[in-house]
Amino acid sequence: MISVDDTVKFHFDVDGENFSSAGEASIIMKKSLRQLGFPQNVIRRVTIAMYEGEINMVIHANGGQADVEISPDEIKIVLEDSGPGIADVDLAMQEGYSTAKDNIRALGFGAGMGLPNMKKYTDSMEIETEIGVGTKITMTVKT
Amino acid sequence: MKIKEIESMLDASFLCGEERCEEEIFSACGSDMMSDVLAYVEDQGVLLTGLVNTQVVRTAGMMDIRCVVFVRSKRPTLEMIELAEEYGIVLMSTANRMFEACGKLYEAGLRGHEQPGDESGDICG
Ligand SMILES: Nc1ncnc2c1ncn2[C@@H]1O[C@H](COP(=O)(O)OP(=O)(O)OP(=O)(O)O)[C@@H](O)[C@H]1O
Ligand SMILES: [Mg+2]
Repeated sequence: MISVDDTVKFHFDVDGENFSSAGEASIIMKKSLRQLGFPQNVIRRVTIAMYEGEINMVIHANGGQADVEISPDEIKIVLEDSGPGIADVDLAMQEGYSTAKDNIRALGFGAGMGLPNMKKYTDSMEIETEIGVGTKITMTVKT
Repeated sequence: MKIKEIESMLDASFLCGEERCEEEIFSACGSDMMSDVLAYVEDQGVLLTGLVNTQVVRTAGMMDIRCVVFVRSKRPTLEMIELAEEYGIVLMSTANRMFEACGKLYEAGLRGHEQPGDESGDICG
């Protein structure tokens, strides 16, 4: 997983069928970042943002892919799915906005806080989405 | 406040991690919505919840929460206990309801996070 330059890359398949395993990629990243010696608050911000994104891919998009690129001054997280897409990104970014139904709320998600949390914990966040095609979210955290 | 004090105050029983009962807890958060917990930033805290699934333990792991208290006598699954052991999180269960459990810990001096310039409106605040 270590490339020739100073960048370390990770790739994960996020299983959309298994709610119980959602978050495993984020936990692996948390351990790896700790081993690489990043400060606690950087680790926390990266893993929470990634975890929220992972959960979103599982509950809203039937799974997807997560890629993390670690370079000396920045950690980049790319989450990509082939789900339904987000119709109104500005609305989705508002705290409390959620399309989750009761079955999702019963699992402890659907407060409409995930995307705002991802924005809050990262230094940049970009959402590319198309209805019926999918969603790609790119986030960076400065180290 | 020590983890064992929380256990006795709430008449709770340990489900795993009892050996860490001497560890200090500095803050608390009560919620059944995991994204609300994830919006909360204090570490070394305790999470009180009525929700029982693996994401509770994973959320606690992400947040470096040291102890999870299940209210209303809820019991975690074996998978959750194994995950908690792996992450080093103490799990306990109490017959108290959420409101009573939070009230008792608050009365004993435990608080939510007290961060300067913290935005209001957080359940965990
Ligand atoms: N990957 C995605 N694909 C399709 N729709 C999404 C995706 N991520 C988010 N959304 C949409 O954006 C809304 C807001 O997302 P957000 O993560 O903020 O809240 P939530 O997932 O509904 O609840 P919470 O994150 O608090 O558990 C979702 O309800 C959903 O409609
Ligand atoms: Mg979400």
